[in-house]
Parts: sequence; structure tokens; C-alpha cells
Amino acid sequence: MTENQRLGIVVSGSLGKGVEVKLDSSVSIEDVVVGRFVTIEGAKRRFFGMISEVSLGMTDQRLSLTPPDVADPFIAEVLAGTSTFGTLHVTPTLVIGGDADSLLEGPQPVKTVPSHFSVVNLASERDVELVFGSEDEKRFFIGNPLDMETKLCIDLEEFVKRSNGIFGKSGTGKTFLTRILLIGMLQKSQAVNLVFDMHNEYGWEGSSEKGNKVKGLKQLFSSKVAVFTLDEENSKRRKVVTDFTVKIGYDEIEPADIALLRQTLNLTEQATEAVYRLRQRFGKNWLGKTLEAREAEETRALLDELDIHESTFQNLRRGLSTIQRLPFIEPKSPANAVKAILEHLERGTNVVLEFGRYRDITAYILVANMLSRRIYAHYQEKMEKAIAEDATKPHPLVITIEEAHKFLNPEVASQTIFGTIAREMRKYNVTLLVIDQRPSGIDSEVMSQMGTKITCLMDNERDIDSVLAGVSGRNELKSVLAKLAAKRQALVFGHAVPMPVAFQPREYGSAESYKAFSGETKAGTKEDVEKLWE
Amino acid sequence: MAELERVGEIIEAGTTAFTAQCYQLYEIPPLGSLVKTGNASAELYGIVYNAATTSLEPGRRPIARGQDETSQEAIYRSSPQLAKLLRSEFGAVVVGHKEGDKLYHRLPPRPARIHSFVHQCTPAEVMDFGQSFDFLNILLNANLPVPAEELVGAALRRMSQAHKDPRAFLVAAGKELAILLSGNLNQLNAILGRIKT
Repeated sequence: MTENQRLGIVVSGSLGKGVEVKLDSSVSIEDVVVGRFVTIEGAKRRFFGMISEVSLGMTDQRLSLTPPDVADPFIAEVLAGTSTFGTLHVTPTLVIGGDADSLLEGPQPVKTVPSHFSVVNLASERDVELVFGSEDEKRFFIGNPLDMETKLCIDLEEFVKRSNGIFGKSGTGKTFLTRILLIGMLQKSQAVNLVFDMHNEYGWEGSSEKGNKVKGLKQLFSSKVAVFTLDEENSKRRKVVTDFTVKIGYDEIEPADIALLRQTLNLTEQATEAVYRLRQRFGKNWLGKTLEAREAEETRALLDELDIHESTFQNLRRGLSTIQRLPFIEPKSPANAVKAILEHLERGTNVVLEFGRYRDITAYILVANMLSRRIYAHYQEKMEKAIAEDATKPHPLVITIEEAHKFLNPEVASQTIFGTIAREMRKYNVTLLVIDQRPSGIDSEVMSQMGTKITCLMDNERDIDSVLAGVSGRNELKSVLAKLAAKRQALVFGHAVPMPVAFQPREYGSAESYKAFSGETKAGTKEDVEKLWE
Repeated sequence: MAELERVGEIIEAGTTAFTAQCYQLYEIPPLGSLVKTGNASAELYGIVYNAATTSLEPGRRPIARGQDETSQEAIYRSSPQLAKLLRSEFGAVVVGHKEGDKLYHRLPPRPARIHSFVHQCTPAEVMDFGQSFDFLNILLNANLPVPAEELVGAALRRMSQAHKDPRAFLVAAGKELAILLSGNLNQLNAILGRIKT
């Protein structure tokens, strides 16, 4: 289909539900696909929208009861576009141009509908570029709108201002999308990233579904990325150059961390409460002391004193020894991991924390939550100081977490630091990048606060509903989302894009793609150097 | 203007239709053909919808004469007066008119005059007239003794022959009919069946 082709005319509709377009008889309905962009030439304005439904119509219902003899090409040709015709459902989302002011301000949200019989055209590359902007210092090219060559760019400055989410079934390309976004943030925004890399995919090297190896961030931008690891041995075996080995001391674990692990450690409600009492009694080193406690008279006396039941205590000890068995947990940690991470972040270096072999969810939740809490507290302090003294604010920080429903489910979202970050948003310059395959498991309050959501194919009704909750035109988006291909197609909507758009993420993994990514930085560096001489 | 084939003379005229008598017995323009009448300043276009050959005197019916003849033609040869006692006439429904150079596909302000000559239209005129399908509406709604499907079918078939691409013309006409007859599927199917190529 050639671009700017006339598709048909608007025949009915409303602002809330979108407009119905009757397809011209010259256009084959099979060429028109859901997700394509169209422009509607109203009398005074141009509207920009997306096709969200394609349907068949007929003037006389009897035609469906006694179908004409379409084996005869003449009859078929006559009826096509007259008695039988295609209709499109288009959701206008933006108004482009019109008068001089709006040309300057760019696309505006739509507040009315085009008049009857306005002509509907396929959007041209230029129209799309006008709406999504072209690649520049702030905008990053993430892919192409479906069936189009135009570059789709998102405004990363806006993107990092809020917490964002990437969703999709496993195997739909979440990891690849995340890599692309991380590179984008690394290049085009002031933000630094802290990635809790559960499956060791982002730091040094990942693999595609076909088994090919793809480069991680460190290989592409070695000076801007530091790889931290929890499992030095594993990293060495994978020949990854790491910058820091994270160990966690007993005294760094707080009762809130244990509360978060209640489900995974199989603890009772009473046991988690007991933790707080033990912390109060023993102070910082409560974990070590609790684990040391033997079956003895004094322990019993202690439990009586703290009003902890014997069985509760046993339950707690069993849970705590699971933590104790994690090899990176040591009675006394040799170096302060939080401090090292913060130092890197302050220098503007992105940190990827690899989990090595410790892929079980207990380790992930414990470490991610613990480190994030400290870092967040630090940021909070710095931010408050910066506001009070009018000093420079710390770099915006984006924390990337996987399996987010484990941290942000309604039961624990109020307790974890991630729940707090997601809710308080950018107040302290810390936001989240949530990666998850079960968005329905995430607290709806947290979901509603997310700025931009990118979603790959999902087929669970509840997941789709939770991702699209609160979005205008969700029914239309639902049909677009359900029709995405299983791979390399995604839908982005929210703060960083002017309107929802289905797109094909840009390539990642080939030599050219690496070149394209790093080429962008090099151009940036060159400019920076030139600026020095000015 | 080249001398067109003159086919008859008007003997009865109304706003919507006129009747013409043929100069020669049986030389009737075919059903659905486009004819015109009037003078250069005001021409009327009609489509032949009906034709009949009858006795000159209404009360006097022809009688069978061929029992002893060898062929049908022989009847007319042996009774040459027959050509004068019988007459052929045809009716045409008015579908448009021309004022100056402008062609209108609608009823004329005044009907044709009695004794106006009726001419068969040339292919070029037919093609010109077929630029617009507005006349189909007149044909479909005229209350005529012949079924509208038959008449429309015949008219379109004849017109298509004047066009370079008859099929494209018929498809376009069919689409127009599909819109006009959106509420009458059976009639539409009947016409399409008659014009399909």
C-alpha cells in the first residue's frame, strides 16, 4: 500500500468511542490492518489516529442470508464497496496543525471529532514523524511503527521522570526491549541505571532464543557501565570482567527484608512480627544472634520475655537459615556494597548487578530490596539537602527490577521499598523500570502510577486488563494488543509517547545494530569535544 | 450536423414519455436504445421502452392471410396494401434534455412537440450521455408497462456497446444501481443478472 493513500470517509462516531470510516470500494479491506496510523482531513483540522478495528458491513441484511453469486467476478466487483463494504474503527488521538499556533505547539490531544464525510488517508511518514518527533538529543529511536519505515522515537527525558513498566509473556522479547531502553537511557538521558540482573543478561552477555550470543551493556559501553556480581566464581567462569563482588553482612539485613520474604521463606505472620522484636532486643546484629541461639534455658527465657512462641521461633529460624545458607551472606561483609554502588552512580556510571547462580527468588528479593532501600534513603537525603541548599541534585536513578510482581504484589507493595518508589515517583529522583510477565500480580495502585508502559503480547485476560487499566480507549488498545505477533512487536503508551503505538523494536544483536547503537554515542562524544573548544 | 438516422415522428407526447410512429413498418429502434428529438436549441433524450405494431384503425383487426402462401414474406408481397394499413410505433421514456451544449439528466421543462422527428443517437452521443448514471433513477421509478429490470438491463447493455470498455461501464453502472437499490435486493440481483458480461 502506498502511503497517503485515500482509505475512505468518516460516516459516524463520537469522541469517546472513536469514528467509523467507510472504506472506499477501491481499497481492499485485506490491505488495511489494525494498528496502522491514519490522518483524517477535517474541515478545519487534521486528526491523527490509529485503526483499532476492521469490520465488514452491508447495506441490506438479506445479503447475508442469501449471498449473491460472487463466483461471477462481475457481481463481486459491483457489490464490493456498494452493497458490501469494509468499515474501519479509528480512534483519533491527536490534532495536527490547523492554525499557526498549533503548528508551533505540535500535536494536541483531540477534543472533538472530524465532521461527517471527512476524508481518511493513510498517514505518511512525515505525519508520523511530526507526531512522534525525530531522533534528537532527548529522543531515542526504539523501533518502527508496524508496517512503516518511519523511526519511532520516545522522549527519554520524560520517560525517566516516572516509573515505567515492560510487560509481556515470557519469550516475547522483554529482555531485548529492556536492553534497548537501557542503552537509550545511557545515551540520551541524565539518568543512571541500577539493574538487578537476575538472569545475567544485561551486564556482559545475553543470549537470544535461537541461542546466539548478544552483547550486553558492558561490552558496548565499557566506560559507562560497571558490572557487580554476587557470584564471583560464576562470573569468572563466564569470563565476565566484574568491577565489584557484593557480599552482604548479617548486620545489613533488616526486619523489613524478612517481612518481604514471608511467602518465599514460608514464615508465619507471627514469625515476621517476632523479627521486629528480636531486632529491638539485639540491635543491628539481630540475625547473627538469633541464629546463634541454642536450645537452652536462656533462650526460653528470652522468648518468654519477648512473648514469642516456641514454634514461631522455630519457624523463623528455619526461614533465617535459608538466608544464612546463601553464599553471599556473611557474618561480616568485607566491603560496603551500597557505598560502592553509590560511588559509581554518583560518577554517572551505570551499575548492573549480576546474580550468578543465585537465581532463586529469595536471593533476588532480599538483595534487590535491601540495596534499593539503602540507596533510596541516600538519594532521599541528598535530594532534601539539594533542595534546602539549592545545590545540584543527584543524577536521576532508574532501578530495573525483574519478576516485579514478587515485590509489588498487593500484599507486600506497601512494605517494600519498590512500592514506595513507585508511589512517590520522581520526588527523590528515583524511579523504577519494572519488568514482569504477570502484571495482574502487581498492586493496582503501583500500576496506576506508572508513566509509560510497554507491553509485548499477552494472552491472559487479567494481565491485559491490569496493564490497560485507566488508559483511555482501552478497548481499542486491547484489540491491538491481542493481535501483536508473539515476537518483536510491542505496544507502547503513556507519558513518553504522544499516543499509543504498536511497534517493532529496532534490531539488537547483529554487528550493524551494535554499530548503530555505539555510533550514536560516538557522535555525541565528538560534539562534546567540539564544545570544549568553543 | 450529419444527417442522423431518422426513425420516426412523434404522435403523442407528455412530460415523462412520448410515442412515435415509425416511417417504415417494423423499423423500430431496439428496446433500451437512446433516441432524441426536438431541435438544435432544445433536444430531448428518450430511451425506448415499448414498441407495438397495430392496425391503423383501432377497431379493425388484421386477419390471417398466409394459408396458401409459401413464406411469410410472400404474404406482404401479394398484399402490398398491408404496409399502409399497419403501423409500427414505439414509446420512449424521457431521460434527459440538452439546452445549448449542456446535457441534463432530468426531465425537460416542456414536453416534445407532435410531429417532431425522432432520431437514433450516434455512439458518440450515447457515450456522452452515459457519463452520468442519473437517468437510472428515472428509469427505475417510471411507472411503465415493461418491468423496470428489463428496461434498465437492455438500456445499459446497449449503452455499454458504445464504450471502449463495456465491462468497466457496466461495473460502474452496477455500483450505481447497488446504491439506488440498496433497499431492494431482489430487483438489484435481477438487473445485475441481466447486465452481467
